Amino acid sequence: MFDNLSDRLSQARASLLGKGRITEDNVRDTLRQVRMALLEADVALPVVKSFIDRVKERAVGAEVTSSLTPGQALIKIIHDELVEVMGAESKGLELRAQPPAVILMAGLQGAGKTTTTGKLARWLREKDKKSVMVTSADVYRPAAILQLERVAEQAGARFHPSQQDETPLAIAEAALEAARLALVDVLIVDTAGRLHVDDAMMTEVRALQDHLTPAETLFVVDSMAGQDAVHAARAFGETLDLTGVVLTKTDGDARGGVALSVRQITGAPIKFLGVGEKLDGLEAFHPERVASRILGMGDVVSLVEQVEEKVDRDQAEKLARKLKKGKGFDLADLKEQISQMQAMGGLSALMDKMPGLPPQAMKAGMGEKELKRQVAIIDSMTPRERRFPKLIDGSRKRRIAAGSGTQVQDVNRLLKQHAQMARMMKKFSKGGLAKMMRAMKGRMPPGFPG
Amino acid sequence: MSDSRSPEPSAAEKPRKGFFRRLRERLNQGESWLTYDLAHLLPGGKPDEAFIEEMETRLLTGDVGVDATEEIIGSLERKLWRDELKDTRAVVATIRESLLEILAPCEQPLVVPEAPRPWVILVVGVNGAGKTTTIGKIARRLGGQGHSVLIAAGDTFRAAAVEQLQVWGQRNDVPVIAQQAGADPAAVVFDAVQSAQARQIDVVIADTAGRLHTQENLMEELAKVKRVIGKLDPRAPHEILLVLDGSTGQNALIQARRFNEAVGVTGVAITKLDGSAKGGSLVAVAKELRVPIRFIGIGESVEDLDVFEAGPFLDALMEGTGAGTG
Repeated sequence: MFDNLSDRLSQARASLLGKGRITEDNVRDTLRQVRMALLEADVALPVVKSFIDRVKERAVGAEVTSSLTPGQALIKIIHDELVEVMGAESKGLELRAQPPAVILMAGLQGAGKTTTTGKLARWLREKDKKSVMVTSADVYRPAAILQLERVAEQAGARFHPSQQDETPLAIAEAALEAARLALVDVLIVDTAGRLHVDDAMMTEVRALQDHLTPAETLFVVDSMAGQDAVHAARAFGETLDLTGVVLTKTDGDARGGVALSVRQITGAPIKFLGVGEKLDGLEAFHPERVASRILGMGDVVSLVEQVEEKVDRDQAEKLARKLKKGKGFDLADLKEQISQMQAMGGLSALMDKMPGLPPQAMKAGMGEKELKRQVAIIDSMTPRERRFPKLIDGSRKRRIAAGSGTQVQDVNRLLKQHAQMARMMKKFSKGGLAKMMRAMKGRMPPGFPG
Repeated sequence: MSDSRSPEPSAAEKPRKGFFRRLRERLNQGESWLTYDLAHLLPGGKPDEAFIEEMETRLLTGDVGVDATEEIIGSLERKLWRDELKDTRAVVATIRESLLEILAPCEQPLVVPEAPRPWVILVVGVNGAGKTTTIGKIARRLGGQGHSVLIAAGDTFRAAAVEQLQVWGQRNDVPVIAQQAGADPAAVVFDAVQSAQARQIDVVIADTAGRLHTQENLMEELAKVKRVIGKLDPRAPHEILLVLDGSTGQNALIQARRFNEAVGVTGVAITKLDGSAKGGSLVAVAKELRVPIRFIGIGESVEDLDVFEAGPFLDALMEGTGAGTG
């Protein structure tokens, strides 16, 4: 089994390697891997299909920026599309209604409705300074009402008692009245877990919504849910006017592809993530985080972003123009390249994030320290020496070593590296660190730096 | 987690035929998700690569999992190359054969032997899988077989979990041993087993709090519960039953693996296979763990939990209830 999308993509990379442009032909194999990865992350198939279509549309013909490999570019497109589909950052709850604003909780059995009710009550009390009342319309599960009472106590919310022999509607109405009298800001109504194919139960929850006219109707869904979640989401979305989704049990290690399915099918925004069993375990939804999790590749995405941000395009282009003019790669250019590496936390940090590279393979001598020393050596040269390294003889080497606090051997090593890099640079028509990195991923030129 | 919505029938032992008929209805909602409309897909022709890819899609959408799917598709492809797939019936037969091969070894119902007494079943699983409800159903079932049963309310964490069991126990006349909320679950279970020894009870079913398999300390707590039971009877718990939510996706496998590492799972019960859930995760778990599947649950009433039989299960899965089987 593949751990994440980047593993899968490396399987299919052959078709994209060395291509400057993503085309229908070279992307097909890769998209198949993306499809499998999304299915493994429990994204529902119909959602996967439409998603892949959109990614394809965006990707085909896309020019691959000089700082990315086509594989990375595709990952970025997929990630961006995921974030886009999942919507913006959570805006929280919309409770500007005539108080008491009602929140209706709905979902399948075992999704975590009661726990989430407690978490929400606590959230509203502590973060929004609202007074909260909760009530349970779950007259089916033994002790469900008692469970909510305990949870309410922990959350510091008022509890409107209900009995198993009451109807859910009667409970809701009585609770609404009690909430009005008590002048609370928010009433949260917990409901019984129900299967989306259970018509009687779906009718019941619809009736609850009609009676309560809630400000928010939240669909609570287990982040571990599988392919079938799409049917549940559709049925709940069709029966109720959902205003939001809460994704629970996100402290597990499920990919949570259900987030994408539910968002796409219901159109309702994901508002919160449930984390852990304690009542403070509720977090606002961040599409970025969930997108990365679905793809199982947080690091790759941040790498892509880093490369895009930190590599100075202008510098890279300047160097490229210079190389094209046949002027060669001098020591000042080397310093530029080293600075870019430093901006990204050193080459070893970069290597850690690269999928498919042996982790220890090329770490030696590429740490922060080494890069700093190399910059110091170059800084101790005269501009003329940087432009024409051949000028540097024994006496100049001794001066440079003394000036930079290094040994003559260090200076020699740097000059040797530079010579090798200059040769390498000639092979590329246009330059830039990222392009070099791309070449290095295939094979490491001997002795490059250190 | 809920039960008692529909009136419970007097006997836990309903005719087996009824169970699998209901399973068929509930798994498929009319048509088999695996085999619907095959004739239409392949008008007159012989199965080809595209057809096999469609079957692959269906298996994956059924939560069968990538590994099991690849195995099944692999055998389909081999037959395709050898020109052994003449029509859709041959494809369906091949899939059934592969599935049976995966599922048959897991067809091992829970049998409570004559000795030792008490026979201890420790029930574990993630939050919301349906442990407490399943325990109630198993208790009824074993009671119906003439065993005396005692339940240990080992979920001392979730609010009102103890009361949920107590309410159920009162209704069904099954003793429930409990302590206050927040008590050490190992102590509760220890007490229960001791009490069962004194009262010469046949079977102890120990509930535990739901826990995500990623929570190291809670998994360690579970290992402790197991160790403590072992002090009263070195061979106990005799059964460690993992309850899996049938609507869980690929994570079911990881759950099963982690619980197995922590306490050694000897059997699984797969719940919530009703609705439009497709039961594929059962195949994925069977393939990966080869652990006995003790029970499958297809609904909320007591007779909706029954022992797993590979053959009838596959018939229910693949034949559907209506037309369009192809």
